[in-house]
Amino acid sequence: MITPEIWGSLTTALARLLIFPGLLFAVPAAWFFLWVERKAVARMQGRVGPPFMQPFYDFIKLLGKDTPQRTGIGGLLMRLWPLIAVSAAAGAVGLLPVLPASGGFQGDLILLLALLELPSMCIIAAGFSSRSIFGEIGSAREAVLSVSYNIVFLLAILSIAASQHTFSLSALAQLPSSPLRWLGIAALLVCLPAKLHLNPFSLPNAEQEIYSGPMTEYAGPELAMWELSHGLEWVAATGLVATLIAPSFALWWVAALVFVAISFAIVLLLSVVASATARLQIDTTVRFYWQCTIIFAVLAVASALFMRFRA
Amino acid sequence: MKLWNKLMCYCRRRSPWLFHMNSGSCNGCDIEIVASLTPRYDAEQLGVRLEGSPRHADILCVTGPVTHNAVEAIKTVYGQVYGPKAVVAIGSCPATTNVFIDSRTLDGPLNRHIPVDVFVPGCPPRPDAIIQGVARAAGILAARGNKPQTIETAAEPVIVPETSEVKA
Repeated sequence: MITPEIWGSLTTALARLLIFPGLLFAVPAAWFFLWVERKAVARMQGRVGPPFMQPFYDFIKLLGKDTPQRTGIGGLLMRLWPLIAVSAAAGAVGLLPVLPASGGFQGDLILLLALLELPSMCIIAAGFSSRSIFGEIGSAREAVLSVSYNIVFLLAILSIAASQHTFSLSALAQLPSSPLRWLGIAALLVCLPAKLHLNPFSLPNAEQEIYSGPMTEYAGPELAMWELSHGLEWVAATGLVATLIAPSFALWWVAALVFVAISFAIVLLLSVVASATARLQIDTTVRFYWQCTIIFAVLAVASALFMRFRA
Repeated sequence: MKLWNKLMCYCRRRSPWLFHMNSGSCNGCDIEIVASLTPRYDAEQLGVRLEGSPRHADILCVTGPVTHNAVEAIKTVYGQVYGPKAVVAIGSCPATTNVFIDSRTLDGPLNRHIPVDVFVPGCPPRPDAIIQGVARAAGILAARGNKPQTIETAAEPVIVPETSEVKA
């Protein structure tokens, strides 16, 4: 029996997934963020940089290239990984609580974290199933990296959630400002360069070193899907931090504008950091996350526990 | 469908990704390719990206006079670039084998082995000549559409003259 309430929540969910902040908004936003990244790096190096529509041109051009012949289960999997990555990243963007009273459910934070993690799982699997030596090195690095930064990433988010007794994203987005929240946001920001394969931690796709890492054997439309999933990861990851930073507004268009502005500022910050730094070695990176950054996470968890006992 | 083809044509012209291959070059042209990406020349304004993997590339840039050892490698890499693709021969060596002509270690020039679309002469060519050659190749790529690159279509290569004027 389908009641009007179920219809209502279904249409809300579809609107969030397909229109805002879902695909209709997220795909142009992904291209825009990819452009901002390249442009910011170019400006930092004293260059003019690519034109505004460049990621769009790249995407369309890649769609029109020949597709490699792939046979057997391995070939099927290689075709499948980029599609899974794109849909997971798009789903993650669709879950973000940008608009006030946009629905959501208890536990959607856990789903969001899982969907954010899925693209990097796909990258690991893609590198190994391509059976190229560079792909395998890149995948091994991605695996080591994701074990390192995810400890901090998850502890930071979980401590914010635990202090409020909730796993609902819309409840977290309306948190009052507290030192714990800012500590958590700082820890998340430290993890973002590794999650997005940006420069101090651009180990998995280290160009000039292991070619393109897990992407080495991909071409044409499949590579276009990887580019798109990378852009959507940008939108989802910066969007998660933006919803935690943004104060809540009653007007939906103010909320949307503030969300886009904060995401843009984070993209700019990460790109500038990326162009100002050089790539670290894998052991230095792992040591950085396990020894230095985990302090943030431990502090966040400790203060979350403290807040719960005091409450 | 017509609109899609037009859009595809435009995007191909605006997004040439390069793969750079050395077939026994003295490294002079290779340095100039890198120079064309630096702040002074900034080929990224045309959408140029130097890719690490030939699978991602549209345009194969070959330098060097093609030694015996390099022939199989060139054919392999040329096959690894997915179509539509174009080839740019950078420097005088791949065009004529240059001063190494008649050497018994060579199997050049380049168009004995793969079809070449644009020759950029010079020893080494200036970065602006290289950028001009890549832009020509991107135009050829867009005009050719999905037709495969054959010896016939590459019969009349575009020769980019070495630019002499130096900007202050």
